[in-house]
Amino acid sequence: MKTYALGIDVGSTTVKTVVCDEQGSVLHSAYERHFSKVKETVAEQMETIAEKFPEAQFRTAMAGSAGLGLANASGISFVQEVHAAFLAVKEFYPQADTVIELGGEDAKIIFLTGGVEQRMNGSCAGGTGAFIDQMATLLGITVDELDAAALRATRTYPIASRCGVFAKSDIQPLLNQGAAREDVAASIFRAVVDQTVAGLAQGREIKGNVLFLGGPLYFLKGLRKAFVDTLGLTETQALFPEQAPVFVALGSALYADRSKDAPKTAQQLLDKVRNAHAASDVATGDVLFQSKEEYAEFVERHKQCDLAFADMRTYEGDAYLGIDSGSTTTKLVLITEDGRLLFSHYASNEGQPLDRIASKLRQIYAEKNPKLHIRSSAVTGYGEELIKAGLSVDHGIVETVAHFKAASFFCPDVDFIIDIGGQDIKCFKIKNGAIDSIMLNEACSSGCGSFIQTFAMAMGYDIAEFSQMGLFAKHPVELGSRCTVFMNSSVKQAQKDGATVEDISAGLSASIIKNAIYKVIRAQSVEELGKNIVVQGGTFLNDAVLRCFEREIGRRVIRPAISGLMGAFGAALYAKECADKKSTLISPEALETFSYTSKNVRCGGCTANCLLNVIRFSDGGRFVSGNRCEKGAGIKREKEVPDLCSYKYDSLMQLAQKQPAHKRAVVGLPMVLNYYELLPFWHTFFTRLGFGVEISGESDRKTYFKGQHTIPSDTVCYPAKLAHGHIETLLERNVDFIFWPCMTYNVKEADTDNHFNCPVVAYYPELMRANHSGLHADNFLYPYLDLNNPKHVVRVMKEHLKRYNIGGQIAGAVDAAYKALADFRKEITVKAQEVIAQARREGRKIIVLAGRPYHLDKEINHGIHKLITSLGIAVVTEDSVAALGDMPALHVLNQWTYHSRLYRAAQYVTTQPDMQLVQLVSFGCGIDAITTDEVRSILERKGKLYTQLKIDEISNLGAAKIRLRSLLAAMNGTKPDQKREEG
Amino acid sequence: MEMLDGHPIFTKEMKETHTILIPTMLPIQFRLLISVFESYGYKCELLENESRNVVDEGLKNVHNDTCYPALLVIGQFMDALKSGKYDPNRVALMLPQTGGGCRASNYIYLLRKALKDTFPQVPVISLNFVGLESDPRNGWKMTMPMIIKAIFSIIYGDMLQTLYNQCRSYELVKGSSKKMLGKWIKIMEKELRKGNFTNTKKYYRSMLRDFATIERSAVPRIRVGIVGEIYIKYSPLGNNHLEDFLISEGCEPVVPSMLEFILYWSYNKVNEAKLYGTRTAATPLYNMIYKMFLAKQHEVIDVMKEHGVFVPPHDFTHLLASVRQYISLGVNMGEGWLIAAEMGALAENGTENIICTQPFGCLPNHIIAKGMSRAVKERYPNANIIAIDYDPGATRVNQENRIKLMLANARMAD
Repeated sequence: MKTYALGIDVGSTTVKTVVCDEQGSVLHSAYERHFSKVKETVAEQMETIAEKFPEAQFRTAMAGSAGLGLANASGISFVQEVHAAFLAVKEFYPQADTVIELGGEDAKIIFLTGGVEQRMNGSCAGGTGAFIDQMATLLGITVDELDAAALRATRTYPIASRCGVFAKSDIQPLLNQGAAREDVAASIFRAVVDQTVAGLAQGREIKGNVLFLGGPLYFLKGLRKAFVDTLGLTETQALFPEQAPVFVALGSALYADRSKDAPKTAQQLLDKVRNAHAASDVATGDVLFQSKEEYAEFVERHKQCDLAFADMRTYEGDAYLGIDSGSTTTKLVLITEDGRLLFSHYASNEGQPLDRIASKLRQIYAEKNPKLHIRSSAVTGYGEELIKAGLSVDHGIVETVAHFKAASFFCPDVDFIIDIGGQDIKCFKIKNGAIDSIMLNEACSSGCGSFIQTFAMAMGYDIAEFSQMGLFAKHPVELGSRCTVFMNSSVKQAQKDGATVEDISAGLSASIIKNAIYKVIRAQSVEELGKNIVVQGGTFLNDAVLRCFEREIGRRVIRPAISGLMGAFGAALYAKECADKKSTLISPEALETFSYTSKNVRCGGCTANCLLNVIRFSDGGRFVSGNRCEKGAGIKREKEVPDLCSYKYDSLMQLAQKQPAHKRAVVGLPMVLNYYELLPFWHTFFTRLGFGVEISGESDRKTYFKGQHTIPSDTVCYPAKLAHGHIETLLERNVDFIFWPCMTYNVKEADTDNHFNCPVVAYYPELMRANHSGLHADNFLYPYLDLNNPKHVVRVMKEHLKRYNIGGQIAGAVDAAYKALADFRKEITVKAQEVIAQARREGRKIIVLAGRPYHLDKEINHGIHKLITSLGIAVVTEDSVAALGDMPALHVLNQWTYHSRLYRAAQYVTTQPDMQLVQLVSFGCGIDAITTDEVRSILERKGKLYTQLKIDEISNLGAAKIRLRSLLAAMNGTKPDQKREEG
Repeated sequence: MEMLDGHPIFTKEMKETHTILIPTMLPIQFRLLISVFESYGYKCELLENESRNVVDEGLKNVHNDTCYPALLVIGQFMDALKSGKYDPNRVALMLPQTGGGCRASNYIYLLRKALKDTFPQVPVISLNFVGLESDPRNGWKMTMPMIIKAIFSIIYGDMLQTLYNQCRSYELVKGSSKKMLGKWIKIMEKELRKGNFTNTKKYYRSMLRDFATIERSAVPRIRVGIVGEIYIKYSPLGNNHLEDFLISEGCEPVVPSMLEFILYWSYNKVNEAKLYGTRTAATPLYNMIYKMFLAKQHEVIDVMKEHGVFVPPHDFTHLLASVRQYISLGVNMGEGWLIAAEMGALAENGTENIICTQPFGCLPNHIIAKGMSRAVKERYPNANIIAIDYDPGATRVNQENRIKLMLANARMAD
């Protein structure tokens, strides 16, 4: 009997097997998707092997994330997959310096030369096969089509790669604005490469001969190209082995071959696999419906919220068109004067919303009764502006207001609306007939509709069929509420433990609801939600999801039958309210010849250099997007809207122009984190001592990429990550030394419990020193300072600047520095009063844009203040008004100086009728998990609105815009029955 | 009900009527700590609920971006209160509080917020050694002798944890180490309650003798150090029973003792005054406390060396001296410089495989853990360090697969 080695690799989506002889030659290999039927697929492949090698026995090892459980349960040896790959590389590609392997949900890197190191992606799993699948789904094409498209690209856009949710927020607007799909496809692959460099390499350079492994890198030529181009590899350096898809299985076979395990026949192994029973520790929830009757009663109850229908081929009279151009789907409704439904459409926009809507409109024009007259039209959603411009739609309406109008139609007393769509969860509370507070899902709490869809597809079902399966599941799995990528592994675990597809379907429905209630709304009790709850959005058409919601909150809710069309329906109702004599909507004739072209240009209106996307329509009109302010759109400003952010930013940046006549030496100050507060202090200190001061200047996306390779923790906040690029800049400019002090304590202000800096601000220089090989004791000074104690500052600075022999002058420079800081702070508060006074003269509303000093950085705030002023609202910063507010009663420990300003600023806002506060929160800021709730409570108990904008490296302001416009609508007291101006 | 800033306080009368619930943080040390409290007439109970509902309650009651330990601790309390097992009118909750620049100082506030609507009558006690939340009406009072006894209970607990971990991976009779641990916990509980336990050396010696009688295999196992955020590092609820997992993989978990954290904390009080020139009247007191704890640690080390069978903990003065090559002693939020020091000391003493446990998005750990592993690896190129994130969304499969990768590396080096 011959003895062979058998390697089995059970990944998150595929099963791979390899049989080798003793010389390591591959006799057999197989690669197959398992659609989550792990055990069955493995067994099938073993059967094939048993048939092919009836007279052989095998030493066997199993690898892979999904193989772990099966290996344990079946008693087959397990080998960690990265290690298996390592063994195979050593054997077959000894010349490789680095190995990059992308799998379904994991990404791995092995450094071979200069110290072996094997790494896997951490808990954020952007840049994997699943990510690519998700993006293809978003574009409405297959992964192969995505790949083909990428190869035809002419340019790439920056796309956040850390997380699928983030990437979507970058991609969506690109699509909605008509960017070429080829370019988007290439950008997606580029993002995967960036994620590999940032998330995996973490400071170690990828160079030499690079071996690429895993399914995606084998099958996707576009992805290969992106890696080769970005890493600058030559043809001989980039190795794409033929066995790439089964490489881990091959390594497992090698591992098995070297083991001392007793060989077994294929039949024996097959029995082991078939008899494997994993220990079941799956938590299960309650069944959704006990019986068919219970379900029937449930369906009957919800049927009561149907709209009446009318036939557009026979209907005569006025009709109103509502369009909701959502992030992934397009919704259209046409209604009669009395709210009957003439036509409706709900489908994926396939990345081309304008084309979709134009085609549906053509259909309406073709089929409608000639005596049906579209009297007015309105559009809402992400694509509002584009559609409005392209198809000459009469009105635009903020999404939130549209949803509110639609909900009021079904339930006039509605006080809570929750909308779960494909990509978003939106919740509004209604108070006194106006939207009172809005909650939207953030990145990292992303269980929306497309989530179930992706799962359904992965398991080989259609979404409707899949969700229906959950209704009568016997043991719904408890999956908790979590990020999509994590959910994949939970599902995997549940399957391993024997959960059925039905159980998983029901479990996923419950997860969506838990995610919405616990993460987005964060309701502690049902009473908080309100009495009359309307649920809507396409996801609620899924009865299992609806049932879970009612179950979780223990209350019956209203789900209109047009649940998925509510935005469009609200827009139609709005069109009706605002109807003029004649609609401006594009005519059937013009629509026949309608077309458009899209191209990209740089704005050049200011230093922001926004990348503009200009769409020209066949009628000569044009639409510009990508601009932060009105300049790019080619609109002349009537009058400058007062804005303290720009003023403060410019004053700080201009400081660097003041330099001493004769420079003793040049000190580099990185323009990051607390330097946005302390620059006046240190600039004065050093110039007084005769040092030239070189500041690292303004940030942009390039700054981030420049320093990306030295970032050790990819989950730290974006403001901290940017610091790495600033340090590079200073090193390039050959400054004599970089100065960046560590400060446990911030300056004591007002009456607080303590006055710390956050850990990141306090100690980031330590991290920089430990992770940048270019920094050493001579060129990087990071003393520990407490600015509350001037004597100590003098002492420490004397010690650190000893080599310049200026001990005698330091005390004077420190004095001057304190004065400069105080003057600057005063200047800002005075200027804030001017801004407020001017705004009031001009009858403008005022927003306090509250965050941290470093939120002034335009790469961090992405120009949100300009967006606010473009809405005609004046902007001041939290630090400029904090002193005017008293410290409100708090329920938290008030121990961070910057954060305590938020509380006082919020308290001040509550005393000013024409002010609202918008809080900027950097993604990953743990301290804001505490401040946001507190700021919200300070504002809401005095009847103010709370608006939070989460910001990260994504520069898409779509979501921010919707929030700000909703805020504006709420400030103006929009009521659904009130006719008001657009927007 | 006596109130302070809108929340009920634990009054002197409650000492008679109420049971104090304490979260599972350090399973061994906290059991001993409880017996100290009981010797002062408090009724205490260590919570052991671990179901998925603990996490769900945490998610429901705490902002989801808050660190995982807060979520678990508060979730564990809420789950217990809602379980029906306790009369909400007769329980109080206890949370440790350190008062540093990390978010952890806010846990107690978050807990009170969570209680406000559902259990407004339940008082929360802050367990701290710095006089936070002191009020004359407060029925919970840490007197100096009580603090000292509490520290002793931690030191004994540490010793038992160290011996238990060093035995159980090698035991030939399954369960013998656990039995021994159980026996000693009972002995110490009794002694601590009685109050005569100051002859530490005597107890150490008999512990060492007793544990040495456990039959152990001589085959060396891969030693895996566990460092990280304090709750996740020690609490099996937080780290998905990491120590048990390592043992099932045939490794020996090496967990630094709790006393190191207490030494770290008291040393920082002294060092910060020096660093920023902010000496106060309390500074010499902290210095005294530090010196006292240090002497206690040296005593442990000496006795263990003298006995010669088990590996003693890292000498704190050595940690202080060696950490400066990676990070300054001024970094004192969260576990601060201690994580880098422990990683270095583990690598230096041959425990090159290190798991750094941390809550997902833990702020200080960006700097002190992930941020320092490069520096430690530069010094000890064979150090095999892996950072594992814990949060409500992280699954055990994922965590274990990453740990297995680290172990594969370890075995290769073997």
